[in-house]
Amino acid sequence: MIVTLLDIIIAGLLLGGLYALIAMGLSLQYGVARVLNISHGEFIMLGGLTTWTLHTVFGINPLVCLAICGPLAFALGYVIHRTLFRRLLTSSASPGAFESNSMLASFGLLFIIQNLASIAWGPEIRGYSYLAVPVNLAGALFGANRLVTLGFAIAIGLAFYLFVARTRLGKAIRAAAQDPTTAGLMGVNINNVLALCFGFGAAMAGIAGMLISMCYPVNVTMGLEYTIIAIIVVVLGGLGSIPGSFIGGFILGLIGSIVSFVDPGLSLAAYYLIFILLLVVRPTGIMGK
Amino acid sequence: MNTITLGLKKWWIPGLLLVILVLLASLRFYVSTYTVILATAILMYIILTESWVLFSGPTGYISLAPAAFFGVGIYTAAILGMHLPLPVVVVIGGLASSCLALLVGALTLRLRGIYFAIFTFGLVEFMKHLLLWYEIKFTGTRGRFVVLVDNNTIYYMMLAILVVLLLTTYLIRRSKYGLALRSIGEDEEAAAHTGVNVTAVKVITFAISASFMGAAGAIIATRWTYVDPYIAFDPLFSFMPVLMAIFGGMGQFYGPILGAAAFAYLEEVLITKFPYYYMLLFGVILLITILYLPNGLVGLIQRLQKGGWGRRHANT
Repeated sequence: MIVTLLDIIIAGLLLGGLYALIAMGLSLQYGVARVLNISHGEFIMLGGLTTWTLHTVFGINPLVCLAICGPLAFALGYVIHRTLFRRLLTSSASPGAFESNSMLASFGLLFIIQNLASIAWGPEIRGYSYLAVPVNLAGALFGANRLVTLGFAIAIGLAFYLFVARTRLGKAIRAAAQDPTTAGLMGVNINNVLALCFGFGAAMAGIAGMLISMCYPVNVTMGLEYTIIAIIVVVLGGLGSIPGSFIGGFILGLIGSIVSFVDPGLSLAAYYLIFILLLVVRPTGIMGK
Repeated sequence: MNTITLGLKKWWIPGLLLVILVLLASLRFYVSTYTVILATAILMYIILTESWVLFSGPTGYISLAPAAFFGVGIYTAAILGMHLPLPVVVVIGGLASSCLALLVGALTLRLRGIYFAIFTFGLVEFMKHLLLWYEIKFTGTRGRFVVLVDNNTIYYMMLAILVVLLLTTYLIRRSKYGLALRSIGEDEEAAAHTGVNVTAVKVITFAISASFMGAAGAIIATRWTYVDPYIAFDPLFSFMPVLMAIFGGMGQFYGPILGAAAFAYLEEVLITKFPYYYMLLFGVILLITILYLPNGLVGLIQRLQKGGWGRRHANT
């Protein structure tokens, strides 16, 4: 019994690490750049498939792909924000109008990225085996690749938290999140900061995609499911709160692991149920103001 | 002379609509079966889009729930289609969807802006996974077969639903109730202060719009013959009406019709041969419309008519 319980908790933490990383990216994009990026999962998919290609075709170690997927996704996100969302921001009448317009625009991005990827990679489900050796954790067996995933998720989360809390640019990001106009007046290059945040969010998605491809098979339509999970976690943690998303990710991972233990078919339905209850009872989330 | 011109002006739009209706009603006598099927698909998208605009146009709440209501209609037909006559099934499909909308609306229409969009989006996925779980666990199968109906009947039912929908839209727009809806879109608090029962108006309109989506789902299911939760609750049916409405423009009642007809036709032509390119085009058009055509095709037409550049904003 104790071993089963431990089993469930560790499995939940392993899942939660990935959810936390994905949700932090989305939280950054929504909390600072005010874009509820429905195409977030497509960056995850791009990261996963790029890693697959680099690993199986060129024989590059997936962990080295981190140094490729991260910057690539960052550049893509940065450019998209500088061109598309920047334009929307100037043409939208109010912040509310920008939120709905940018959400709809990200639907457009979803279709564009997903179908370009479909043309490039095709619909097949791709997988490879890397570090798939069992590790004994307090009596329960887990793949080493999943532990590496958890380690990376926590390391990136902490590094990013320190970056936002301690550096000058981090301060600018926090200021932009609170009030973009005033931050601009105080000398923050607001266009650059917003684009950077969108880029960082995309980079986290790309890295998460790389980590996911180490543990699970990937294909071009995987994105939307992760986007939805990310949205649920972000709402759970409080829209715009980065620590909230980090904690929320682990909470959802644990819930998913418990429900899967009872009935695996119900885990996604359980996520939505929590999400719906949360929106009705406490839309500001656990860490929200 | 003057009265005659005035009379003409007053009657030419209803007259034109009557002519179009007669043409549509007699369509099957002079076109092929394929065209009737294509026209059915176009009518279905027009119904989804017009009923989406009925609620989301004036209020500005972006609902991503059409797929949920559409799916409820589809499953009504799948469950009851064998036992009851078709018109009854369609009416029940509409009623079931509006009941769901009443429930959802009462719970969530206090959520503002982006929260409402997220919630309705989650609803579709929730229903899909719950139903999938239920079907596998209790009925032991993934999908269901729907009773087969001939193409002309489906076409006429679709046309009938559309006519009722357009009449409803027209009456709502003309009434005090429509004015209340628009005032909610402009400023909800101000509307509440002028005596509008904001919640009731929103929830009822949401339910009315959902009932048409459910009815359309119930009738189109008979053409698909096989449904499973992934087919019935495809989130694409939530995105399509939004895109079609934005592309067509929501300022005039014919805007969504233009958008829906254009996309339904494009889909029919492209999706079998180039599905990826169709969806790619879908995304590109959505982006271009949001960036450069805030009032959609209608806005473009009005701008061309005026010969100048209009300065109206998107009604999102």
